[in-house]
Amino acid sequence: MGSITLQALYPQLLIGLINGAAYALLSLGLSIIFGLLNVINFAHGALYMLGAFVTWGLLHYAGIPYWGALILAPLAVGAVGVVLERTLLHRLYRLDPLYNLLLTFGVALILQGLFQMKFGSSGEPYDIPAQLAASRDVGFMMLPVYRGWVLIVSLVVCLTTWYVTERTRLGSYLRAATENPGLVQAFGINVPRMITVTYGLGVAIAGLAGVLAAPTVNVSPEMGSELIIVVFAVVVIGGMGSIMGSIVTGFALGLVEGMTKVFYPPASNTVVFALMALVLLIRPAGLFGKAP
Amino acid sequence: MTTAPSTSRARRWPVEYTVFAVMTALLVLAPLVVYSVTLMQCLCLALFACAFNLLIGYVGLLSFGHAMFLGAAGYAAAHAAKVWGLTPELAILFGTACAGVIGLVVGWLAIRRQGIYFSMITLGLAQMFFFFCKQADFTHGEDSIQAVPRGHLFGLINLDNDLVMYGFVLLVFLIGFSVIYRVIHSPFGAVLTAIRENETRTTSLGYNPDHYKLIAFVLSAALAGTAGATKVIALQVASLTDVEWQTSGAVVLMTLIGGLGRYTGPVVGAFFVAILEHYLAETRGLVPVIEGAVFVVFVLLFRQGLIGGLSNLLKLPL
Amino acid sequence: MLRDLANRSMIVTLCAAALCAAACKKADNAAGGGSAASGGSGGATAASAGGGDKVVIGVMTDMSGPYADLAGKGSEVAARMAVEDFGGKVAGLPIEVIAADHQNKPDIGSSLAREWYDTKGVDVIVDVPTSSVALAIAEITRTKNKVFLVSGAGTSDLTGKACSPNTIHWTYDTWALSNAAGREIIKNGGDTWFFLTVDYAFGAALERDASKVVEQMGGKVLGDVKHPLNAQDFSSFLLQAQASKAKIIGLANAGKDTINSIKQAAEFGIMSKGQKMAGLLTFITDVNALGLPAAQGLILSESFYWDRDDGTRAWSKKFAAKHDGEMPTMVQAGVYSAVTHYLKALAELKSAKDGKAVVDKMKALPVDDALFGKGTIDPNGRNRHSMYVYEVKKPEESKAKWDYYKLIREVPADQAFRAPADSECPMLTK
Repeated sequence: MGSITLQALYPQLLIGLINGAAYALLSLGLSIIFGLLNVINFAHGALYMLGAFVTWGLLHYAGIPYWGALILAPLAVGAVGVVLERTLLHRLYRLDPLYNLLLTFGVALILQGLFQMKFGSSGEPYDIPAQLAASRDVGFMMLPVYRGWVLIVSLVVCLTTWYVTERTRLGSYLRAATENPGLVQAFGINVPRMITVTYGLGVAIAGLAGVLAAPTVNVSPEMGSELIIVVFAVVVIGGMGSIMGSIVTGFALGLVEGMTKVFYPPASNTVVFALMALVLLIRPAGLFGKAP
Repeated sequence: MTTAPSTSRARRWPVEYTVFAVMTALLVLAPLVVYSVTLMQCLCLALFACAFNLLIGYVGLLSFGHAMFLGAAGYAAAHAAKVWGLTPELAILFGTACAGVIGLVVGWLAIRRQGIYFSMITLGLAQMFFFFCKQADFTHGEDSIQAVPRGHLFGLINLDNDLVMYGFVLLVFLIGFSVIYRVIHSPFGAVLTAIRENETRTTSLGYNPDHYKLIAFVLSAALAGTAGATKVIALQVASLTDVEWQTSGAVVLMTLIGGLGRYTGPVVGAFFVAILEHYLAETRGLVPVIEGAVFVVFVLLFRQGLIGGLSNLLKLPL
Repeated sequence: MLRDLANRSMIVTLCAAALCAAACKKADNAAGGGSAASGGSGGATAASAGGGDKVVIGVMTDMSGPYADLAGKGSEVAARMAVEDFGGKVAGLPIEVIAADHQNKPDIGSSLAREWYDTKGVDVIVDVPTSSVALAIAEITRTKNKVFLVSGAGTSDLTGKACSPNTIHWTYDTWALSNAAGREIIKNGGDTWFFLTVDYAFGAALERDASKVVEQMGGKVLGDVKHPLNAQDFSSFLLQAQASKAKIIGLANAGKDTINSIKQAAEFGIMSKGQKMAGLLTFITDVNALGLPAAQGLILSESFYWDRDDGTRAWSKKFAAKHDGEMPTMVQAGVYSAVTHYLKALAELKSAKDGKAVVDKMKALPVDDALFGKGTIDPNGRNRHSMYVYEVKKPEESKAKWDYYKLIREVPADQAFRAPADSECPMLTK
């Protein structure tokens, strides 16, 4: 690409921002889980994929359209998360976090493998809901309405989550339990239940990201595994456990990737890792993390 | 991490000699029952896992980018053997050296960070390295370097015969394994373990942990490189699969299954995984599901791995 | 002391038990065909002599990865059908089919191939839908003097730089696909192109071959964008393609990348604004995964479509009955056709021993079956038959599931594939 006019850059930036929304949603969930459970949830990508498949399945088997899936799919994924936490994860909290990383990695492999056996690798089509199928002129480009919708929903979910954890009483319990679970337990708060709920919530957000993605990328078993290590990098760059860090980094990465897609497209899947290595060398705790 | 129980030196030696002798004997006889090329692949993976175990099991550093060293050495050796016409032993040495140099750079950057941050830096650098391999001309991208000649060992012994090749791979493996064993049980290895257990105390005793970690990292990278270079010579193809992050994940699985921090653990783990994959290859797409299930079961129930469990059962240091 | 001894013997026993288990497993596998391969006792190399009293066909394919739908289990089904239709025997020898997953890894594929040839008495390997694995197996097949029938892999290097007297490339290649689609589109006025190319060797090959055709026929390539493999979002690349104002957007990518580029192109209204898309490596399973609303209007080339004529329909319905109701792709049909022709050659030769002789016989015999029609095999191993350019139907034109294509043109065999003289195949210059 020789000559890039500023006019041509605006659409790319907007698209980048929208892609960043998916990163923000996924890294947000990972970050919440890591903050409270100290678990690096490798299954996050697989649960995102599950969210997309539930969306497809609701329409395909039960005739429930997108709008129903928007509520039901995150709930279903959250429920799966609660089961996972209760049956598997909670056995390993006292050990090195490495073990939970490996456990969730195994869970991700199983989930992805099962869907592959059932649905094959090329995936299933899911149409954009009719109400959002048009395009709008936003001045410098024709933007599909659905993309705008994704951006808005993601922003609302991200900011709400941030508000709840940082500004409400519930959030302060959460943060206190991160610092000192024993003390919080002593105040009469059921910490194990809170942990379960948090995990469920974290993966429900991943499920929601899956619902949002279903109409734009084909619903396929591998859609999560391609994303998961990128999202890891986002969380690390933002600072492990920092919610605002994940949100800001998620959107920022979208922009950086968008620019890479214009100036050196082949590297657009790799640029995040270069950024991560760089950030870790300069600011070990990530951009928004507290020093370890 | 799991710690192998310390046993008195007097007790350890005869047992470990026996273990070594039994392992060697089994590997020498193995081609009678198992196909030799499959065994070569297993041995290379086993050496790779042993090199990885040196870091995770004895220094407590989880590298999530070790495929980088396996693959880099593989490409280097393949290029040296095919384009420059080097003899196989020189090609492998060249591959090992390349992996060592890359290990020095990566290690120098990564060891300043601890825990998950260390893992993430290694992952990030490995992904960048993958990108480099895909773009570079000499690797031929995803077409791979094909038809790498096995050549003549020292210019004399023709390695085209599978059994001769197996003998050579076995020799390389045993040398690598012995080097790692010697390192672990040397005063240097004792310092490494001390760093894993308590870094601050080790520092106060006058050791510079960073030096020790860096040397261990370079050693591990170089040996992983030996494994990768040997594998490429034996299988005659150097491909992107050796540098992708899934391979870095696979080596964690092998080591975990065998037993973290057990010197024979990775060998057993690598054989277990390789044989599992091999026999599952003839089933229909079950590989990922079963591997995932194995992961879950071992993490939940057998965190000490096969060798850890066996060792406790027999009350022997294995 | 006594305890130590007991412990040691325990280890030995355990290890021995493990080995025995492995040996038994192996013996089981070897005995699967109910024949002489001497499992365990005789040693691995001894078993290699096992061929001769039966013919073993090894279907090596992708069972769990990105090509599992277009090849995978369906390729195995097709191979078994070919054997069944041939009567299960050739020249008095029973025929056995085995299958395995190469997981798209060249190292796994090549060690599996060696094991098949050396210990399982495999005479021919079929399919192999990943170029890097196929190139590795072509090399091994040559050194072991067996036969390699490629259906799934697309790289035209298999009959070019990497050609071999033991390889036949059956179904399609990157040259044929881009050539067929390219010519037809330019003839119909699509003379300016922009390529969306996956940043991998096969993407580069597709783009290179298609660009040549475009320029030869007086068209112009306005630009390209190279995207990484498995990119999730193509909108950025599509906007660049749109900005180029090219009439045709050539998709030099495959699988999920193709699916997502087309899906997102529909979302951004690229095709409804007059630009057309050409899938240079698009299979019917991709169209099936996309659905017609997103895929309509796409132009692509195939060497086989199930609904082409009575012969293909009859066979495809039989196939679908054995494969969960899914219609065959050209790769799966190619496996059937290649195996059938291979067996015909064996019936004349009466032996599968000498791989090169079998391939020479296959080249000498005219190819003729219901699926690919009449064809010939070039000296560089290229099976030459007609190619077809199709356009994907609009949803309202489709009468049933899998009714996806309308024929635009048939490219006759003599124009459909690269001339052997242009192939840079070293075998021909000697």
